[in-house]
Amino acid sequence: MASASVIDVGRRLARPRSLFSRLRGGLQGTEYAWAIAFCIPYVGVFIAFVIFPVFYGLWLGHAPSLYIELFHDPIYQQTIVNTILYLAIGVNVKMFFALLLSGFFMRKGWWVKGLLMIYVLPWAVPALPTFISIHWMLNTQWGLVNNVLWDVFGMDGPGWLDTSRWLALGSVITTYIWKNMPFWTVILLAGRMAIPQELYEAAEVDGATGIRRFIHVSFPLLANLYLVCTLLSTIFTLGDFNTANFISGGGPALSTHVLATLGIRDAFEIARPQLGVAAVLSLLPLMIPLVVILMHKLRTSDVQL
Amino acid sequence: MSTATIQTRRPPNYRRRKIWVEVAALLLGVVIVIWTLAPIYNMVMVALESHNDVFSTNIFPADPSAYSFWIVFTEGYWYLEYFWHQYENSLYIGFWTVFLTLWVGSMVSYSIGRMRIRHGWLLTNAALLTYLVPAAFLAIPFYRMMQTYGLGNNVWSIIAVEVTFATPYAIFIFQQYGRSIPLELDEAARIDGASPVQVYFKIYLPLMAPALVAVGTYALLLAWNEYLYQFLLLSNKRSMTVPVALAQFLNSDESPWNYMMATAIVYAIPPVVIYYMFRGRMTAGLTMGGVKG
Repeated sequence: MASASVIDVGRRLARPRSLFSRLRGGLQGTEYAWAIAFCIPYVGVFIAFVIFPVFYGLWLGHAPSLYIELFHDPIYQQTIVNTILYLAIGVNVKMFFALLLSGFFMRKGWWVKGLLMIYVLPWAVPALPTFISIHWMLNTQWGLVNNVLWDVFGMDGPGWLDTSRWLALGSVITTYIWKNMPFWTVILLAGRMAIPQELYEAAEVDGATGIRRFIHVSFPLLANLYLVCTLLSTIFTLGDFNTANFISGGGPALSTHVLATLGIRDAFEIARPQLGVAAVLSLLPLMIPLVVILMHKLRTSDVQL
Repeated sequence: MSTATIQTRRPPNYRRRKIWVEVAALLLGVVIVIWTLAPIYNMVMVALESHNDVFSTNIFPADPSAYSFWIVFTEGYWYLEYFWHQYENSLYIGFWTVFLTLWVGSMVSYSIGRMRIRHGWLLTNAALLTYLVPAAFLAIPFYRMMQTYGLGNNVWSIIAVEVTFATPYAIFIFQQYGRSIPLELDEAARIDGASPVQVYFKIYLPLMAPALVAVGTYALLLAWNEYLYQFLLLSNKRSMTVPVALAQFLNSDESPWNYMMATAIVYAIPPVVIYYMFRGRMTAGLTMGGVKG
C-alpha cells in the first residue's frame, strides 16, 4: 500500500499528457534530468555492490558437482542440522521472551524505566567485545561461569565449548539470544505502546484481565508485527557469522558450524571459494520464500523496521 | 451488570495479590539485571586484573588496577603496536560511511518521494531486497571482486560495503519521514523559481534533519560494529581496524586476556555513548510511521 499510494497520488495530480511525457512521469526537461541525476549514485552502488556480487556468486556456485560433494560431506550435514536448530530454537525462544518482556516493560514505575536502560545494553555494546568476553566466561578452567559454579556450589562445571557438541551449540544459541533479545523487545514494546488504552479499558469492563487480556486483546493486535519480526529475524540470523565464529569457532571438531561460518571456512581456510559459495547458496530454497513473504508484508502493512 | 461481574471476579485478597505481583516483578528485574550484565561484568573484571589473576578462580578481581588500560593507551604490548592507528581507521570508515549513506540515501529518496520519478518504486524494491540479503552471503564474491579491483587492504573497500548495507535502511526511513513534510512546500518554492537542487538543499535537507540524525547514528554504529568484511578485506596491520586486531589476539598462542578486555572496553565505549545520546531518536526512527500492524 505504501508504495502504491505514491504512484496513485502522482496519477491524480498529473495533467493529460503525451506518450513521451508519460514515459518521463510528467516531469519536464531539465527537471527530469535532475531526477535521474539524483538517482545515479544509488543506482551505481546497487549495480556495483549488489547486482554484480550476486551474479558473480551465482556464477561461482553454479556447478552441480559442488552440491553433490556438499551433500555427501558429514560436516555439511551436521551444519545443516545446527543451522536449523539455531533458527528454530534461537529465533523463536528469543522472540517469545521478547514478547513477554515487552509486556513487563509496559509496567509503570521509575525502576522499570531504569531497568530498560540496562536491558538494552547488549544491543548497544558492539558484538565483538562481548562475544570475546563470553568466550572467556565459558572457559573450562578459568571462566567466570565455572568459577561461580565452583565457588558457590562447590561443583566442577563442564567444558562448555570443547567437550560436547550440544553444550557448545547451546552456548552459541544462548549468546545469540542474549545479544539480540533487547532489540526485538524494544520493537515489540513500541508495537504495544501503539495499542490504544481504550481497548484495554473496554476489555476490562467486559471482564478480560491478566492472561485473557493478553490472549484476546494484545496478541491479536501484535500478531502481524510478531510474524514480520520473526521472519525478518530468521533472515538476519541466517547470515549471522559473528556469534558462532567467536563463541565456539565451529568447534569441537567442526561440529557446531552454521552455514554462514562454514561458507567462510570453505572459502578462506581451505581455499575453495566455489564450495563456500555453494554452501551459502544451498540456503536459497529457504531464503526465497521468506524474502517473497517479507517483501509483500513490508510493502502492504505499515510495519517499518 | 458489568460492574457486578468485575466485583465478583476480584478475589477478596486482591490487595495482597497485588503486592505479590510487585515482588515477582522485582525478582524478574533482578534476574534480568544479572543476565544482562554478566558478560559485561566479566569484561570489566578481567580488564582490571593482573595477568596472573586472570588464571584463577576469583569471581571478583583480587587486586584491581587500571594497568591494562595504561598498556592499551600507550601501545605497550606488541599486539597493540598500531592501536591508535587502527582506532583512527575505524573512525575514518565510520565518518565516510555516515556521510556517503546520507548523501546517496537522501538524493535517491528526494528523487523518488519528492520529484516522484517514474518507476521510482523499482528503486524502493531494490533497496528492500538489499535489506533482506544477509551480509554474510555476499562476502565471498565481494572479497574476490575487491581483489580484482585492487582494493584489498584498502579501507575504501570497507566503506563501499558499509554504504551498500546502510543505504536501504536510509531510503526507508527517509521515505517514511518525507511523507510528513507537505509537498506544497516544494511546489511553492518551484513556483518562486527554485531549481530542484535548491529545493533539495534549502527545503528538503533542513526539514529532514531528525531523520538524518537517526540514519547517521545507525550508519555509524553499523560501520563501527561490523566485523566480517573488515576481517576478510583488511589483513595488513596498518590498514586494519580495532575489531580485526582484537580478534587476532584471540588466535594468538598466549592470549593476554586482561589487555584484550581493556582494548575491547576502549573500543566499545564510543558506540555505547552515542547509542544512549541518540537513543530516543533511534527508537523513533525504528518505529517511524507507527507500527500499526
